Amino acid sequence: MLTKLRPMPAQPDAIVQPLLRVDGLRKHFPIRGGLLGRVQGHVKAVDGVSFEVHDGETLGIVGESGCGKSTLARLLIRLIEPDSGNFVLEGSGSDNPSARALRRRVQMVFQDSYATLNPRLTIEDSIAFGLKANGSGRTEAKRRVHEVLDMVGLLPAMFAERYPHELSGGQRQRVNIARALALGPRLLILDEAVSALDKSVEAQVLNQLQGLKRRLGLTYIFISHDLNVVQYVSDRVLVMYLGKAIEVGPVGRIYEAPLHPYTRGLLSSRLPMDPRRRVSIAPLSGDPPNPIDPPSGCRFRTRCPIAETLCAEREPQLARAADGHVVACHACQPGSGHSLARVKEAAPC
Amino acid sequence: MANLSFDVLDAAPTGRRPRSRSFWHAVGRRLARDPMTLTCAAILSLILFAAIFAPFVAPLDPYRTNITHRLLAVGDRHYWLGTDELGRDLLSRLIYGGRMSLFMGFVPVFLATVIGAALGIVAGYAGGALNMAIMRLIDVFYAFPSVLLAVAISGVLGAGLVNSLVSLTLVFVPPLARVAESVTTQIRSQDYVEAARATGATGWRIVIGHVLSNVAGPILIYASSLISVSIIIASGLSFLGLGVVPPEAEWGLMLNTLRQSIYIAPLNAVLPGIMIFITSMCSNLISDGLRSAMDVKV
Amino acid sequence: MLTYFLRRVLYTIPIAIGVSLVCFALIHLAPGDPLSAVMPEGASSETIASLRSFYGFDRPLAIQYLTWLTHVVTGDFGYSIMTRRAVLGEIGPAVFNSLMLGVAAVLIGFTVGLLLGLIAGYAAGSARDRVVTSLAVAGVSVPHYWLGMVLIVIFAVNLGVLPATGMGAGGSTNFAFDWESLKYLVLPAISLSVIPAGIIARTVRGTVAEVLKQDFIQTLYAKGLSPRRICLHVAKNAAPTVLAIIGLQLAQLLGGSILVETVFSWPGTGFLLNTAIFTRDLPVLQGTILVLAMFFVFINLIVDLIQSAFDPRIKRN
Repeated sequence: MLTKLRPMPAQPDAIVQPLLRVDGLRKHFPIRGGLLGRVQGHVKAVDGVSFEVHDGETLGIVGESGCGKSTLARLLIRLIEPDSGNFVLEGSGSDNPSARALRRRVQMVFQDSYATLNPRLTIEDSIAFGLKANGSGRTEAKRRVHEVLDMVGLLPAMFAERYPHELSGGQRQRVNIARALALGPRLLILDEAVSALDKSVEAQVLNQLQGLKRRLGLTYIFISHDLNVVQYVSDRVLVMYLGKAIEVGPVGRIYEAPLHPYTRGLLSSRLPMDPRRRVSIAPLSGDPPNPIDPPSGCRFRTRCPIAETLCAEREPQLARAADGHVVACHACQPGSGHSLARVKEAAPC
Repeated sequence: MANLSFDVLDAAPTGRRPRSRSFWHAVGRRLARDPMTLTCAAILSLILFAAIFAPFVAPLDPYRTNITHRLLAVGDRHYWLGTDELGRDLLSRLIYGGRMSLFMGFVPVFLATVIGAALGIVAGYAGGALNMAIMRLIDVFYAFPSVLLAVAISGVLGAGLVNSLVSLTLVFVPPLARVAESVTTQIRSQDYVEAARATGATGWRIVIGHVLSNVAGPILIYASSLISVSIIIASGLSFLGLGVVPPEAEWGLMLNTLRQSIYIAPLNAVLPGIMIFITSMCSNLISDGLRSAMDVKV
Repeated sequence: MLTYFLRRVLYTIPIAIGVSLVCFALIHLAPGDPLSAVMPEGASSETIASLRSFYGFDRPLAIQYLTWLTHVVTGDFGYSIMTRRAVLGEIGPAVFNSLMLGVAAVLIGFTVGLLLGLIAGYAAGSARDRVVTSLAVAGVSVPHYWLGMVLIVIFAVNLGVLPATGMGAGGSTNFAFDWESLKYLVLPAISLSVIPAGIIARTVRGTVAEVLKQDFIQTLYAKGLSPRRICLHVAKNAAPTVLAIIGLQLAQLLGGSILVETVFSWPGTGFLLNTAIFTRDLPVLQGTILVLAMFFVFINLIVDLIQSAFDPRIKRN
C-alpha cells in the first residue's frame, strides 16, 4: 500500500541505481511559413539534456522563461514526444517505456490550478477520471479519491462534491496534487506548481508537499523560476539555459559556490532584503538570445562576462567539477584552453 | 519550518454544507427566471401541444372540403378562422399544419446536430490530416447558400416529406460541423485536457469525459438558433411545391394554395404565415435566452 | 500578407472544383430521365438516341463531367431543353435582375440595420436596447416570402400605390432607373431586406457594445476626445466585422431569393430555378446553381481578404 513509510535514502550521490535517467533529450519545434507552409527553422526548446534523478530526492530545475523547463517537464511525461533521447525508469522493465507505462509511475502537477480542472466536473469526478481511465471501477475509484483527498488535508465530505470555482487557489492546487497522487506514482513532476499562489498559501502547500514526500516515499522534480523556493525544497539543483543543462549539483553547493557564470549571475540577481546592500548594476544584462538561432559554441557567451574566442568555437559539455557537481563551462575545465581554466578546479572559476 | 495545520484554512462551516450547483443546474435556474424565455416556452408548448393532440384539439375535419363554403371570412360562426379555397376549416388546418411544420423544424436540426457534431468533434479532436479531410468536404457544401442548396436537393429528389427532411438535414450539417469543430479545437487546447492526458487516458475517454460536457453548450445554442431557419425554409419548400404535398396541411403549403385568393380573402391568405412567424420568433427568443443563460461564468 | 492572400486564393480552387462536382452530381442523381420532358409522344428510338447524344447523356459519367466542366469554363453552359436557347443567355439577365434586387435589399437592410444596431449598441442593456433587439429578432424570424404577400395585400390590393408583381411594363429588357420602373422594385426589396436588416442590426449592436467596453475607449475619453471623434474610432474597429456580414448577406440573398421572386414574379435567378425544376430543364438548372454557388464562393473570398487586410489579428491557419 502506498501509505507505508519508506526509509530515507542515503546521501544523494551514493552509488545506487537512479530512479530516472535521461540521456540526450531533444525537442525541436518546426516553424512553418511561406506559401506552402514549408519548414523554415526550428525552435530548439530542449537541445540534448541529460541528468539523473535519485530515489527519494527532490531535483530542482531552474532557469529563466524560455529556457525549456516546461517543455522538459512535458517530455518527461511524454505529453510531447521527444525527437531523440533515452529514458530509463527504474523498475519499468525496459528502456524507453511507453507513455502508458510511464504515466503509471510518473505524474505531474501543473501551474494553473484553475485551468487544469474541468469546470464542469466535480472534484471527485476530476480525480476519478484518471483512475477509471486506468481500469478502476466506480466504487474503488471513489474510495481512492477520498483517500487522496484526506492525504492532502481536504475533507472528502466537504470537498468531493464541489466544483473548482468554489475552491480557493490553494485548495485547488491541493486537488491537483491529490489527482496526481491518485494513481500511486513514484515520481512527481511539479511544474511551477506553487508559482501562481499567494506567498502564505505557497508556504503551506510546500510544507504539505514535503510531508507527503516523506510519508509516501516519493521523488520530486521541482521546476520553478523562483530561486528561493527551489533552494528551500531541493536536494539537488539543475540549471537550464536555452534548452541545455549547464550546471547540476547539490543545493548547498550551487547556491553558495556556483561555478557557471550564468548561475552566478542568476543567483546574484536575487535582491537582498537589507536596504543597506544595494545592487547598482544588474548582474545579468539583456534578454536570452533567440532559441531558433542560438549562438554558436557556448550559448551563454553573448551575455557572459568571461567569454573568450574559444567559447564561440566549441560548445562546452557537462563535466565533473567536484563530487556530484557538473558544469558546462570552459573556464571550469582544466585543459580546455580558457584563460581561467589553467588553475586546478579547486578555486572557483 | 513548522508544519502548519491546514485546518485553520479549511474550517468547515458549522451545520450542513450547501449544495453544489452544477453548470446545467445553474443554467436551468437562470432560464427559469427569465420572463421572456418563459413566455416563449409557454407559447411554443401550447402550439406543440395543439399539434400533438390535433385530433382532439381541432374543432373540425381539416381535410373535408366544401366548395360552397370556400373562403369564408374570419370570425364565421362555424369556421372560426374562416375557410380556405376548397372550403376546409382554416383553424383545424392550422392546428394540423403545426404538426408538419414543427416536425420539419425540429427533426432536421436534431439529425443535423447529431451528425454534424459527431463530424466536427472528431475533426476537432483528431486534428491533422483527418481534420483537413473532413473540414474540406464540409467546406464544399458550406459553399452553397442554404436556401439554394435546399431547393436544389429537393428539386432533384422531388417533393415529399422524407425528401425535404433529407434535404434540410444536409443543409444544416455543414454549419453545425463547423461550429462543433471550432469549439472542440478550442477545448482541446485547454489545460485540463492536457492534465487528463497526463493521467494516461486515451482520446476516446477524454472526448466523452471532458470534451463533450464543454462543447455541448455552444453547439446547443447554435442548433437552437437554426430551428427557426429550418421552419422557414421547410415551409418555403412547401410553398414552392417541393415539400409536403396536398392534401396535407402545412403552413407553407397553405400559403401557396391560398395565394391566388389573396385579392378576395387577404386575411385568410396570411394566417398561416402568422403561425410561422410566431413559432419562429419564439424559438429564436428561447435560443437567445439560452445563450445569455450560458454566457455568465458560473 | 501577400502570401496569405495567395494561399487563400489557392485554397478557393479546390473548393470551386468541389462545388462544380456537387452541382454536376446533383443533377445526375435525379430520378427520372431528363429527356422525358422534351420528347414528343411516341418518339422513335432514333430520335431519342440522337437527342440523347446531342445532349451528351449517353457517355460515362466521368467523361460527362469533364466535358461539361471544360465547356463551362469557356462559357458554354449548353442549351436549354425547353427553350433551346443558350443557357448563358437565359442566366445572364436573370443574374442581373437578382443582383439588382439583392443590392437594393442589402442597401435597405444595411441602412435600417446600422441605425438600429447603433442605437442598441450605444444604449446596451437599457430598455431601448431590448426593444431594438426584439425588433431585430422579429426581422430574422419573419418568413420573408410571407411578408411579401402581406405587403402586396396592404400596398397593392388595399392602397393600390405599388404594383403587385412583375418587373414593370418594359420588362427586364427596358428597365430604366426611374420611378415608373423602380416602383416594381420597392416591395420585393423590402421583403428581402428584413432578414439582413435583423442580422446586421444584431451584429452592429454586438460589435459596438464590445468595442465600447474595451479599455482604450476609456483612455480616449480621458484624453478629452469629443464623442464624435470617439465614434470614428468605434466605427473603425467595428467596420471589418460589419462589412464581412454585409458581404455574406448579399451572397446569401443572391442564392436565396427564390422565394421572394416567386411571390412577386420577379424574373431573377430564383424564378429561373423554379421554372427549371418543374420543367426538369437540366442544363438551365445546372448552370444556374453553378453560377449562384460560384458567386457565393467568390464573394466569400473577397470578404475574407478584405477582413484580413483590415484586421492584422485575423490569421487563419
